[in-house]
Amino acid sequence: MSDLTRLSAAALADALSSGETSSVEATQAHLDRIAAVEGAVHAFLHVSTDEALATAADVDARRAAGEQLHALAGVPIAVKDVVVTQGLPTTAGSKILEGWVPPYDATLVEKIKAAGLPILGKTNMDEFAMGSSTEHSAYGNTHNPWDLDRIPGGSGGGSAAAVAAYEAPLAIGTDTGGSIRQPAAVTGTVGVKPTYGGVSRYGLIALASSLDQAGPVTRTVLDSALLHELIGGHDPRDSTSLAEPLPALVAAARLGAAADLSGVRVGVITELQGEGYQPGVLARFEESLELLRGAGAEIVEVSCPRFTYALAAYYLILPAEASSNLAKFDGMRFGLRVIPDDNPTAERVMSATRGQGFGDEVKRRIILGTYALSAGYYDAYYGSAQKVRTLIQRDFAAAFEKADVLVSPTAPTTAFKLGEKLDDPLAMYLNDVATIPANLAGVPGLSLPSGLSDDGLPVGFQVLAPAKADDRLYRVGAALEALLENEWGGPLLGRAPELETR
Amino acid sequence: MSSLSRDEVARVAGLARIDLTSAELDRLAGELDVIVESVARVSEIATPDVPATSHPLPLSNVFRTDVPVAPVDRDAVLASAPAAQDGKFLVPQILGEDS
Repeated sequence: MSDLTRLSAAALADALSSGETSSVEATQAHLDRIAAVEGAVHAFLHVSTDEALATAADVDARRAAGEQLHALAGVPIAVKDVVVTQGLPTTAGSKILEGWVPPYDATLVEKIKAAGLPILGKTNMDEFAMGSSTEHSAYGNTHNPWDLDRIPGGSGGGSAAAVAAYEAPLAIGTDTGGSIRQPAAVTGTVGVKPTYGGVSRYGLIALASSLDQAGPVTRTVLDSALLHELIGGHDPRDSTSLAEPLPALVAAARLGAAADLSGVRVGVITELQGEGYQPGVLARFEESLELLRGAGAEIVEVSCPRFTYALAAYYLILPAEASSNLAKFDGMRFGLRVIPDDNPTAERVMSATRGQGFGDEVKRRIILGTYALSAGYYDAYYGSAQKVRTLIQRDFAAAFEKADVLVSPTAPTTAFKLGEKLDDPLAMYLNDVATIPANLAGVPGLSLPSGLSDDGLPVGFQVLAPAKADDRLYRVGAALEALLENEWGGPLLGRAPELETR
Repeated sequence: MSSLSRDEVARVAGLARIDLTSAELDRLAGELDVIVESVARVSEIATPDVPATSHPLPLSNVFRTDVPVAPVDRDAVLASAPAAQDGKFLVPQILGEDS
């Protein structure tokens, strides 16, 4: 069999079910790849070699015994370190959780284990998912496989880089303001933020509970649909989990691959283009629109005027919720405890622990959130931000009257250099200007590669759909993917430079 | 809109129970002032007639069935605690905070 790490998850699943290869062989191939390129990429915080191979051997034995298995059984996967995994260290990229081993599994991890996907390890991320470059990890930078001097996006830069570098065919991400979609855009991969409540949040270390959503990180649209169907669905342990079943996502992706979009109305969001977007990003976006039009889609322009306030509302709502959610890191029940010298009462231990255990960006956001919620400022800041949230939902509702899906560039720029925006928090926040509105409204979004910009780096194309209509993302995404790959003569990642292996 | 002074950042950091060094306070005060000034523009369109949204998809009265289920294993929880004794979390002195 040729290089197993280059196969899509769907193709690897086929090779496993037909007996062309085994899960042990496929898992070992990915572990070997990890060993060969991690020195350059650093996508993983922990590699679970023994556990992954044990799962793989178990799946192979069950398959040999004729057991009916899940379609993705035996296909290895990487999991973002913000998702708790029983028996595997989970840090959320923070020193405050260094060495913590969770006593339980997130619901989505239970589903992955039940389906027999070997977990290769935990991926790097901005501390507590706060960031757009993975540079806020307490455990070092992850490097973009397209150019090792550049950021892999964030907060899920580890998951995106692992998939882009063929270290894993599948990965789990979480998206609070773009942390699945923006890394996908800058690494030339596919990422999906499901409808809020579509995938259980039980066992995600919460950043902002009304915005967080877990989803798939893959190299193809079909692979995302397969993984989304596996991890999605109602969970009684998450009170915000949607009760209704998921739409047929895999079927939508397969339908879309035929690239016939007759009758589909595609809305171009006026406010998510133009100033601040690189010319090369806009050029690839326009070319993709032409392809969609050629496939029969009707392209309409829609205006969402209040989206220009989304970033401001987001940077009040997220810090406010985070300041509350992160109060649990108090040095009492898990993680780091720092004992100050004089009179170490619980409150002083708490302050010392948080002062030493949290990084700069986490401190910045907790203090901002505490301020926004404090007496005298609540109405002006948090209260106003919640009203803006209503207005953004209304803009989405009006736009979806005119269009079945909405589209924009996923991120305004391609991957920037490591360190370039680290000292300018506001400039860093602008990376998520196009992805944040979906989180505020709870609607689903997908990013897929739409070509290379003038600088030779990948550009992402974002598709947004109404809540609970995630299937539309997959239909339109798979259609555009097929049209683009037809033009390119293969996947965009095929054009990434080969990493040096050791 | 008020600007965020160094003293105000120190007060809020105290509320959030985060010890900051003097250098951190200097830097954070400058950065947070810029951020607060930028996000304050939400008030431009947040008029009194607009209702607030706290949650993207409204759900109410979500209960699970009233059936006992096994809790997470106590020893497994305590194994990752900073300190434990007699099957309980061992925590620092909680009284006399103000002494």
